[in-house]
Amino acid sequence: MTPFRNALRLLTVGGLISFRALFNWLSPWIYVPSLVVAPIFQILLFAYLGRAAGVGDDEFYVIGNAVQYAAIPCLFAMGQTIAGERWTQTLGLVLTSPAPRVPLFLGRSLPVIVNGWITTMVSLLVGGLLLGVTFAPSALAGIAVVVVIASLSCTAMGLVFAALDLRVREGAVLNNLVFGVLLVFTGANIALSALPDWMEAVGRTLPLTHAIEASRGIADGASLLSTADLLGWELLIGAAYLAVGLVLLRWMEDSSRRRATLELL
Amino acid sequence: MTAPTSDVPVGSHDQRVVEAVFGGGLLSPRRAGPATRFRQLVVSWWVHLKMLAVDPFTGLLMVVWPLFFATAAFLVFRQSGDPDAMVYAGLGAAVMGTWSAVATSASSTLQRERWTGTLELLVSTPTPFAAVLVPITTAMACMGTYCMVGTLLWGWLVFGVEIPVADPLAFGVAVLTTIFSVAMVGFLLAVAVVRYRTAWAFGNLLEYPGWLLCGFLVPVGLLPDWAEWIANALPPTWGMAALRSAAAGGSPWGDIGICLALGLGYTLVAGLVAETVLRSARRHATLALS
Repeated sequence: MTPFRNALRLLTVGGLISFRALFNWLSPWIYVPSLVVAPIFQILLFAYLGRAAGVGDDEFYVIGNAVQYAAIPCLFAMGQTIAGERWTQTLGLVLTSPAPRVPLFLGRSLPVIVNGWITTMVSLLVGGLLLGVTFAPSALAGIAVVVVIASLSCTAMGLVFAALDLRVREGAVLNNLVFGVLLVFTGANIALSALPDWMEAVGRTLPLTHAIEASRGIADGASLLSTADLLGWELLIGAAYLAVGLVLLRWMEDSSRRRATLELL
Repeated sequence: MTAPTSDVPVGSHDQRVVEAVFGGGLLSPRRAGPATRFRQLVVSWWVHLKMLAVDPFTGLLMVVWPLFFATAAFLVFRQSGDPDAMVYAGLGAAVMGTWSAVATSASSTLQRERWTGTLELLVSTPTPFAAVLVPITTAMACMGTYCMVGTLLWGWLVFGVEIPVADPLAFGVAVLTTIFSVAMVGFLLAVAVVRYRTAWAFGNLLEYPGWLLCGFLVPVGLLPDWAEWIANALPPTWGMAALRSAAAGGSPWGDIGICLALGLGYTLVAGLVAETVLRSARRHATLALS
């Protein structure tokens, strides 16, 4: 088997098997409450909060929270690629294997991106249905494309924190904190123009911010093409996090071997 | 290890062994008078409070997590330009953490004991299971006070929101009543999901509905009628109303009374559920769920 075919197999088959093995949220008893019902309640919470404050309309909160909730599957599933291996005591085996690291970890991220997309689209449709927010079919198709890019960039951010999980014991706590940062800074519930300048600037460096803005634009009638600059930024930010994540993984792996902290629980 | 029985002769070597193993006066059912039970509850509460305080998930995340939502709420309400709305949000956001601390953690309480292999020990002790669980969920609710103070400080320092409290005594009583009643909701949650392997996911799910229904950030009157009925059956709704009333100088005692009565009602139901569920788990040998 050629190295290319090996890498391709590792990327696809290896990624899928790892996802099924490590993402224990796939059990319907966890998946449905965590990734189907919870995002809908987050949408309802902020939509009603907006109504109480008289700020924004329901569509604003449905789109913002549905897209932002992609962070949960993307961050946690990527974290699980390290923490889960450690928990099952297979991390050492994975890292002593000669498998090239780029297809190994990128392969694990592909199902995560699909899962993030599903979570967001289901929340968007059901949340919209409950609050009487409708989307034109063309707008929905455009948003579906945007959400692919959003899930991709957020998964890339998840890779950064997965790398940190090689040294941080409480990965779940860290991921929750990152989710909180995304909730406040990405414009999911507060328009970027209403945020203080420094918060807007921070938000512009985070995944999801541009995707949320693009989704809102498309829902208001803009074409997918007209949001190309926003999507370009989202992709660029995703690529930057991906690069940082891969470098960090390599560095943390080397450092963990040197310090013998790989299996530290 | 088995529980001491009344067959053990008083004053015998066997009884001394039983007392040494089970803590004698603390846990022996024959000596568990009101004072002993009170001591057991207080000691258990204090031990669990100390454990929760140093646990990164509870001690850090449970305090910081609601702050993100409080910040989002402050930023939304700030756009309305109404200072009263900020006070409303500030008080509600402060109490939100109490619900979070209990709803998400109480559901997985027994699962944690299961993981650490102590569930069977707790069930087999002569101490009633309810008396084992109540201090745990009360400690969780008390962790919410950290969050309450933290959010009030956050609102004041970052957003300049000051919460005027017209009647400090009634406010203090309302805080204590709310903590007690939320802890009892947690008690019911903990026992209701004893045979649910992934109870933590269910607990996580309850966080948002609680925040939405209990009037922390959204007035209950804004909700649909059917949701209002559910809200009225939840003690924190009345606790929150009492806190707002006490802060505004109204008469919170009616709301405090309903909050307390609901809390006691949840205690009663949870006590009954605990016995039923435990009996069933023992009969079907499903306590370990493995």
